[in-house]
Amino acid sequence: MSPLRIKAIAHKEWIQVRRDHLSLAMAFLLPVILLLIYAYAITFDVNNILMAVYDQDKSSLSRELVAQFTESGYFTTVAYPDSYTQIDRYLDSDSARVALVIPFDFSKNIRTGRRSSVEVLLDGSNSNTATIALGYITGIAGQFSRRQASSPIPPVIDLRNRVWYNPELKSRNFVIPGLIALIMSVIVSVLTSLTIAREWDRGTMEQLISTPVKPAELVIGKLIPYFLIGFADTALCVLISAFLLGVPLRGSIFLLFAASAIFLTGGLSFGVLISAATRNQLFASMLGMLTSFLPSFLLSGFVFSIANMPAPLRVVTYAVPARYFVSILKGIFLKGIGMRFLALEMALLSLYGAVVFILACRKLKKRIE
Amino acid sequence: MFERIKYLAIKEFIQTFRDRRRRILLIISPLIQLFLFGYVATLDVDNVSTALLDLDRSQESRELVRRLEASGYFTITSLPASQREIGYLLDKGEVLVAIRINRGFSKDIKRHAAPAGLQVLVDGTDSNSALIAMSHVAMIVERFSQDLALPATVSAAQTDFRTRVWYNPDLRSRNFLLPGVIALITLLTCLMTTSMAVVREREVGTIEQLMVTPIRPLELVVAKMSPSAAIGFGQMILVTAVGVLWFHVPIKGSLPFLFLCTGVYLLSILGIGLFISTISKTQQQAMMASFFFFQPTVLLSGFATPIENMPLGFQYITYFSPLRYFLVIVRGIFLKGVGMDVLWPQVLALLLLGIAIFAVSAMRFKKRLA
Repeated sequence: MSPLRIKAIAHKEWIQVRRDHLSLAMAFLLPVILLLIYAYAITFDVNNILMAVYDQDKSSLSRELVAQFTESGYFTTVAYPDSYTQIDRYLDSDSARVALVIPFDFSKNIRTGRRSSVEVLLDGSNSNTATIALGYITGIAGQFSRRQASSPIPPVIDLRNRVWYNPELKSRNFVIPGLIALIMSVIVSVLTSLTIAREWDRGTMEQLISTPVKPAELVIGKLIPYFLIGFADTALCVLISAFLLGVPLRGSIFLLFAASAIFLTGGLSFGVLISAATRNQLFASMLGMLTSFLPSFLLSGFVFSIANMPAPLRVVTYAVPARYFVSILKGIFLKGIGMRFLALEMALLSLYGAVVFILACRKLKKRIE
Repeated sequence: MFERIKYLAIKEFIQTFRDRRRRILLIISPLIQLFLFGYVATLDVDNVSTALLDLDRSQESRELVRRLEASGYFTITSLPASQREIGYLLDKGEVLVAIRINRGFSKDIKRHAAPAGLQVLVDGTDSNSALIAMSHVAMIVERFSQDLALPATVSAAQTDFRTRVWYNPDLRSRNFLLPGVIALITLLTCLMTTSMAVVREREVGTIEQLMVTPIRPLELVVAKMSPSAAIGFGQMILVTAVGVLWFHVPIKGSLPFLFLCTGVYLLSILGIGLFISTISKTQQQAMMASFFFFQPTVLLSGFATPIENMPLGFQYITYFSPLRYFLVIVRGIFLKGVGMDVLWPQVLALLLLGIAIFAVSAMRFKKRLA
């Protein structure tokens, strides 16, 4: 292994990277754009449920009920249909997610002390928002019933929720630490999955083979410029998240960067491995997408919790490096935990990096000879 | 003219499908994505591992716990002995929810003097699951306290809230997400194959050879697009079939209408692919640009989070996204069984957007060739 040859390869690669302004711009813009979208536009909170009210009763009591829904802050009345067909129309066309039907005898029943009933129709196609909306509806219903009772009943149970780590339940805090892992996986695989395939496609690989450079040197040399870009990207993401977006960074930033460096090495080596194995750019890019982006997105616990997955897939997640990186990032950012809790993740991440690096070198060696 | 397009299209088809590994990948890749999304992408919150600290140990507290477990949403996995231990369990991530029933719980219920104390601690790291878990607890507790209150106060003036869930009565998130996955898979594959196929000719240098033939730029575009369009349709059919037959996603609307709308949708996607090819010099750039476009588009489409919850500025942006309209269409066809009479605004918007994108891209492409 000669440092001089590594330096030469790295230098050549660096010039090629630097010349490609478009890719370079995208490598830095994509993380920023994604962070901003996730921070400002993506929210799992449900607080603007479009509601249609079919008030057949039109009494002060029915208006009070509607007011209770809108005042909760979760529901916005958007329409007042006056038939069930119209309700169908609103729900069918997504103009309303919830329809409240208050029957003719609603206030009469309440005043005479009989049971009254209210119908709530809920669009379940988005199961997630529907479940949350269902909870709000139950709460409002309970409040309303208690308030209308002949002698107002105090609540029997005082339910106190306390939320840890992310008390305001900001989806931003939940998503962004994991998002950094996702962005890194993508950037890294997109950047490197083509580097060797490109040399084959253009026929410059033969030139490289005819030089005395060894496979390991070629891999390391090719990795260095992308590692620098990836690391700068990570730093950028962490800084934006912590200082601009206000995601709490409770743990050690050094541990965070150490973990990032290890993760980047593994991801980049994996890109080189794909690139060496396929020799064709379109094929390499599709394979890279399938093996890096998708697992990092779906199998890392980034949004979809691993505990909910079927057992065979849970086993698969152990082979996804992003899984460890996501839990390291979430742990450091939100929980502020250190090596004591994260040692295993760090070790497995390093192991993965080492194995993939060796595989990449060997694959390239076979190809070259 | 058709003759020329035909021969060039044949060449494109041969080039695209020649490689056996790539043929396999084109079939395997959407299937893997579908299966992953089908099995992994559930936002449902069931069997949440829960810690229970019951300081009251009364009949009432046991009844409440029984109801929590019977709901299927919570599984009691540990019984910590103190508040400190709860903190440790949450730190380690062993439980997501901890329920603490205070001493005097049953006494307070019986005396009606003060509300009985019940504390729920939730790990908010996953804000979505936390929200849903809290909503489940609230519903169960609400029902429990209603049942407790009933004998005390005559059921006078009770209001029943009868909730009916439409379209997806079991609230399965799979039914919500899988139709959307069809749109996603077609989007990414078509973008990449279109943009890279055009750039490849330029990178390898065969574009000059094509230019000396009598083929016109627009004919070249049509021929170049045809394999991507075929892949788009093929993957859509494959994914729909597996989604319906394997995952039992209901398809209530008309299949021919779905195909028609996919065609309109592909117009926009191929147009964007072509546009990307005009701004990229290398395949790497084309691939990155495809991805650069794909990511924000998916996020701002209503695929996972509803558009009406986004800030207004972002909501306006979504009007320019073909995915936004197509998602409403697929979900409408799959879950609601609606047709042209309800979905015409979306279909029209998609068509106009497609024509506009395609026209701009084709013009740029022509200029670059000339």
